[in-house]
Amino acid sequence: MSGLRILVGVKRVVDFAAKVRVNSQQTGVETANVKHSMNPFDEIAVEEAIRLREKLGKDKVTEIIALTCGPKKSQETLRTALAMGADKGVHVEVADGQILEPLAVAKLFSKIVEKEKPDLILLGKQAIDDDSNQTGQMLAGLLSWPQATFASKLDIQDKLLTVVREVDGGLETIATKLPAVVTADLRLNEPRYASLPNIMKAKKKKIETLTPKDLNVDVTQRLETLKVTEPPKRKGGIVVGSVDELIDKLRNEAGVL
Amino acid sequence: ASTLVFAEHKDSKLEESTLNAVTAARKLGGPVTALIAGKDADKVAVSLADTEGVDKVVYVKDDAYEHSLPEDTAALIRAIREKIGATHIVGAHSATGKNVLPRLSALLDVQQISDVIGIEGEDVFVRPIYAGNAIATVKSADPIKVLTIRTTSFPAAGKSGDKKAESEESSAADKSALSEWKSESISKSDRPELASAKRVVSGGRAVKSADGFKVIYELADKIGAGVGASRAAVDAGYCDNSMQVGQTGKIVAPELYVAIGISGAIQHLAGMKDSKVIVAINKDPDAPIFQIADYGLVGDLFTIVPELTKKL
Repeated sequence: MSGLRILVGVKRVVDFAAKVRVNSQQTGVETANVKHSMNPFDEIAVEEAIRLREKLGKDKVTEIIALTCGPKKSQETLRTALAMGADKGVHVEVADGQILEPLAVAKLFSKIVEKEKPDLILLGKQAIDDDSNQTGQMLAGLLSWPQATFASKLDIQDKLLTVVREVDGGLETIATKLPAVVTADLRLNEPRYASLPNIMKAKKKKIETLTPKDLNVDVTQRLETLKVTEPPKRKGGIVVGSVDELIDKLRNEAGVL
Repeated sequence: ASTLVFAEHKDSKLEESTLNAVTAARKLGGPVTALIAGKDADKVAVSLADTEGVDKVVYVKDDAYEHSLPEDTAALIRAIREKIGATHIVGAHSATGKNVLPRLSALLDVQQISDVIGIEGEDVFVRPIYAGNAIATVKSADPIKVLTIRTTSFPAAGKSGDKKAESEESSAADKSALSEWKSESISKSDRPELASAKRVVSGGRAVKSADGFKVIYELADKIGAGVGASRAAVDAGYCDNSMQVGQTGKIVAPELYVAIGISGAIQHLAGMKDSKVIVAINKDPDAPIFQIADYGLVGDLFTIVPELTKKL
């Protein structure tokens, strides 16, 4: 088997632990002065790429390329991927505030795929900001490649890929040939923390910057956001003192038993 | 509008989630055609034809579609859509819908709208973002709209009775066989299916072990409930991943949700906060779950839950 080239997608998102607040104009959520980090599912994708190299050997996984599409600050996310162990970064840069929809991101990725010719593309199954769960599937469709989404286990032997997928009700195993697109689910692995020496080393790694125009991709939004609102709040209820009281409330007040 | 519903099946039976998708399709106005493909598609077509709101059924009886592998299934939906000239394609935001429909959207060059919880017109849709911490209303400029709908936001369509829809067999589209289905391990249970159960009892980290889940199952069986779990309980190996309730697991909205030993991480709340009545049982009075629970009971779950089961 000749060496595998792996392309990993990473997105900068509002940190999973940050409190999300709708802005006062109701056009989106507050992102200024809010902690951002790499989308957690993308971290799992990066980790899996690195583990594949650790497992198969450096001669079998020749290059791990991290790719991000987003504003200038997305470079921080690329540096995180490089610190975890990716070899080089590619940044498709857009203006601050420019929203990239999954279809646009998939198109940008497909252009980078033409240039970089990876054998395997690893992405998170969804980003925790817009929760679309689309980019990997769209990219596979644009490339006419097989896709293995929601992966919880991945195995490569020669150019044959076997993936255990999380589906409703349990697990499913599929096999495809490479090249293929895989999206990572929660249980694929537990991502490592980058060590300080690796963070320092990552600063010297190369990042190539491009624009959608360089790639000849139209990123005009297809969806117009009319408004963004807070979800309806649940009123806090009461604390009951005993099992008997709970049963009484459920039967006679809520009427659900 | 003219809508094509991507119908799902399992073991030659129509998936319940398709009935929710039909209701959503109906809201778009215009005729609704349902597409079913698989080795027993003709049998499943009979249930589809007897579903309220379905005007026409197209079935493709072919083993190649049995496991809804996305490469060939997306190509098939594209071909059928073109044939009937549908303006909208609707499927459930299920593992299969999430796998197949974005690929189809890319083939059609349209931006899919995922996890739709409201339909305000032919091109205006409501969907949660940031794990349900914000709700976005979006307008699509695409000529064809592809939607995956949140099943708990649209009631299941009923039976149509004597007004059965016509069924038509269609041939397969070009097949690539890019991926191969090998096997599955699906947890079998006699309990109500989690996503559509009227009552759900869920256990969290404080249940402590797979054995500890026995008290959860006993309560669930007493009240005819489906059983769920928090991510922490699944990750700790107390139960199967298919039981996970939350943003990255199943989204549920039963009439009664009983959260036992679950602290109430945002991730979990996103999967159950639309339940009608929420009961929380937890020994930590400061657990965030109490802030959204209608009825809270503070104490040791291993004392409270068996007592509750016994007294019901």
